[in-house]
Amino acid sequence: MAEKGTNLLKKMEISVAEAEKRTGKNAVNMQETYTVYLIETRPVDAPSEGTNPVPDSLWRRYSEFELLRNYLLVTYPFLVVPPLPEKRAEFVWHKLSADNMDPDFVERRRVGLENFLLRVASHPVLSSDKIFYSFLTEENGWKETVFETGFQAKADSRLKALNATFRVKNPDKRFAEMKHYGDELQSVISQLLRVRALRSAAVVQCESLFVLDSEWSAIEKEMGDGLQSAGHHMDAYAASVDDILEEEEHYADQLKEYLFYADALRAVCRKHELTQYELEMAVQDLTSKKQQREELATGTIRTFSLKGMTSKLFGQETPEQREAKLKMLETQIEEGEELFVKSAWVDVERFKEQKDHDLREALISYAIMQISMCKKPLAPDALV
Amino acid sequence: MSAGTPRSLPSSGQKSIQDICHPLSAEESALSRSPDVLNPSSSAGEKDLSLPNGTPVDTSSPASSSSLLNRLQLDDDLDGETRDLFVTVDDPKKHVSTMETYITYRVCTKTTRTEFDLPEYSVRRRYQDFDWLRNKLEESQPTHLIPPLPEKFVMKGVVDRFSEEFVETRRKALDKFLKRVADHPVLSFNEHFNAFLSAKDLNKRQGLALLTKMGESVKYVTGGYKLRARPVEFAAMGDYLDVFTQKLGTIDRIAQRIIKEQSEFLMELREYGPVYSSWSSFEEDLHDPLEGVAGCVSNCSGALEELTEDMSEDFLPVLREYVLYIESMKNVLKKRDQVQAEYETKLEAVVFREDKKTPVPTDVEKCQDRVECFNADLKADWDRWQNNKRQDFRQLLTGMADKNIQYYEKCLAAWESLIPLLQDKQEAKGETN
Repeated sequence: MAEKGTNLLKKMEISVAEAEKRTGKNAVNMQETYTVYLIETRPVDAPSEGTNPVPDSLWRRYSEFELLRNYLLVTYPFLVVPPLPEKRAEFVWHKLSADNMDPDFVERRRVGLENFLLRVASHPVLSSDKIFYSFLTEENGWKETVFETGFQAKADSRLKALNATFRVKNPDKRFAEMKHYGDELQSVISQLLRVRALRSAAVVQCESLFVLDSEWSAIEKEMGDGLQSAGHHMDAYAASVDDILEEEEHYADQLKEYLFYADALRAVCRKHELTQYELEMAVQDLTSKKQQREELATGTIRTFSLKGMTSKLFGQETPEQREAKLKMLETQIEEGEELFVKSAWVDVERFKEQKDHDLREALISYAIMQISMCKKPLAPDALV
Repeated sequence: MSAGTPRSLPSSGQKSIQDICHPLSAEESALSRSPDVLNPSSSAGEKDLSLPNGTPVDTSSPASSSSLLNRLQLDDDLDGETRDLFVTVDDPKKHVSTMETYITYRVCTKTTRTEFDLPEYSVRRRYQDFDWLRNKLEESQPTHLIPPLPEKFVMKGVVDRFSEEFVETRRKALDKFLKRVADHPVLSFNEHFNAFLSAKDLNKRQGLALLTKMGESVKYVTGGYKLRARPVEFAAMGDYLDVFTQKLGTIDRIAQRIIKEQSEFLMELREYGPVYSSWSSFEEDLHDPLEGVAGCVSNCSGALEELTEDMSEDFLPVLREYVLYIESMKNVLKKRDQVQAEYETKLEAVVFREDKKTPVPTDVEKCQDRVECFNADLKADWDRWQNNKRQDFRQLLTGMADKNIQYYEKCLAAWESLIPLLQDKQEAKGETN
C-alpha cells in the first residue's frame, strides 16, 4: 500500500511483527492491562546469502504511536499526516464485541500500525524526521526526547487558535474545495461502512441453502444421492465463508484508513486557513505600525491610535526597538508567505495521487474478491 | 364407471402383504424409470428437441434441467406407450363485466381418442370451472386420488389476483392439474373431463344429468361403519402422509425465512450501490471506477431480486399444493376404510346367519368387490403419486439449484466486466508517466 524506495525505506525494512499483552501500573498507580507491539527494523542492504542478521526491535504501545503522530501534526502543520488505526473498535461488524483485547481486533490493529509506519517512512518529508527515526530505534528515553522539543506548548496554542472563530478575508479557493472534499469523502465512507451489505450476498445465500438442503435430505431417502452431494458442497462452501469474511474486513480497513485520512486532510485545510488569517492580521499590523512610524517621524498624527497615546503616556520605545519590531513582523510575513504559497499545496497534491492509486487498487481487489466468491458455488463439483 | 372401457391397470394389482414394499423404503416400485432425456448439462438451445409425448420443447433460456422438466409429463405407468391425449393451459385473459372481473385460461386439447368427437379443441375456462371439474372427479371417482388445484381463496387485500406473477403461478398449477388427469388411465376417460375439454359452454348441470343416466353408478355412502383395523399397507400410507405433512411444514418455514432474509439483504444492497454513485460525483480520477462499482452492485441486486421472486413463485406454491393434495388423499383413505368397514360388518352379519346353506347374498359380494377394487385403484394411484411427488420435488430442488447458479453467473459476469474498467486507466496512466 505504501510507496517503496523513498528516503527511509531505501535504507531499512520496517515491520510491526507481534503484539503482546502486558500488565503494569499506570500513572495513578492502578493495575492495567495493555497491548504492546514489536517494531522490527532491519537494514535493507543485508547480505543476501548466509546469516540473516537479527533485526533490531523494540516494544511500543498504542499511546506512544499517538504521541509520535501528535508531534508530527504540530511540527508539520501543512502535511497530510498518515492516520493511525482506530483506537476503539467503532465500526463493528459481524457481531464482534467492541473489545480492545479481542485477538482479531488486536491483529487488525497491528497491521494498521505497521501500515502507519510504512506510510511515514515513505513520505518525502516525514521520513527524514529525527524523532520518527528514534521512535523506531531508541526504546528508552524516546518520550523525554519528544517532550523536550516543546511541541506540547505549540500544540496547545494552535489548538486554541483553531478552536476560536475567525474569518479569512480572501480564502484560498483550492483549500476551501479540498476541505469540502474531505467532508464529503468522510461522509461517503462512513455510509459505506455502516451498511451491512458489505457482507457478501454469498454468505447469506449459503447459510440458508445449507439449512434447507440438510433438512430436505433428512426427509426423503430415495433422493439421498443427489442431495447428499449438495449437502457436501454446501459444507465446503461454508468453510470458505471465513475467508470471505476476512477479505471483507480487509476492504473495510482500507476504507477506514481513508476515512481517517480525510480527517487529516481537513485538518491541513483548517490550519492553512488559520495561517492565512494570521498572515492577514500580521500584514494589517505591519501596515498600521508603518503608518505609526511615519506619523512619529513627520510629527503628524493622522489617525488616532490608542497605542500611540499609551506609548506617549507610558514611555516611548526607542526608534531601534521599533525598527526591530517592524523587521520581525516583515520576516514573519515573508516566511508565512513562503510556507503559504509553496509548501502547503504540494503535499495535498501528493496525497491526491496516493489516494487515487490506493482506492483504485482497493476497488480492484474488492471486485476480485466478489468474483472468487461467485465462482465457488459454480465450481464443477458443486452442481447438484 | 361406465364411460368407455377403462384400460387394464398395468400396475401390480393385488399383492400379498409381504410383497408390498413399505412406502418409506428406499427401493421403490419397479415402475419408476427415470427418463433419460434429462441431461442437465446439455445445451438444448441448439437442438430441435421434443419430449417423449411429442410436445415440442421451447428452450428460450439456456438449458437448465428444470425448464425441460417443467414440460415433461412424467407418468411412467404408461411404460412408453404412445400418448393419445395432450392438454395445455395457457393464454390468460382478463374479463371485465359489470358484475365481476375474472381471468380465463385457454385450454387446448389434441387427441386421437374416439371418445372425443374432434381431434382438437380450444376452449376458455375460468378457475371456477376447474374447481367444478375437480369436485365432479372426486364424486365420480372416489377410489382414486384426484390431483390438487392451486389454492382457491386469496386474501384480497394481500395478494393482487390480477398481477402477472399470481396469474402465471396459477396457470402453471392448472396446467399441471389437467396434465395429471390426462395421464391418468382411469380419470382421463371420465365424461366430466371430456366435457370440460370439449364443451363450448360448460353447463355445470350437465354432469348431474349424466350421472343419473349411468347404469351402474357406484355410490360410496359413508354409512358410519366402524373399521376395526386399517390394513398394514394403508396404515403405512396414512403414517407416511402425516410425517410428510410435517416435513412440508418445516420446509415451507425454512423457505419463507430464506425469502425474508434475501429481501432484507436486497434492501441493503439497494442502498449500498447509490453510495458509490454519489462518491463518484465528487471524484475526478476515480469517477469511472466508482460508477462502475455502483453499476455492478445494482446488477447484483437485480439478479437477487429475480432469485427471490422465483423462490416465491415456483417453490412455495408447489409445497402448498402438496399440502392440499395430502388432505384429499387422507379423505380417500378414510373412504376406503368406510367401504371396508361396510363389507366387514355385512359379512359378519351373514356369517352369523341362521341358514348356512343359502349362498352369500349378492349384496355382500358386491361389497367385497368394492373393497378389492378400491384397494387396487388406491394402490396404483399411490404408486403414481409417489412417482409424481419424487419428480416434482427433484424438479423443485434442481430448479432451485439452477436459479441459484444463474444468480451467481450474473453476478460473476458483472464483476468480471468491471475489472478491465478499473485497470484501464492505470495502464494509460503508466504510459503517460
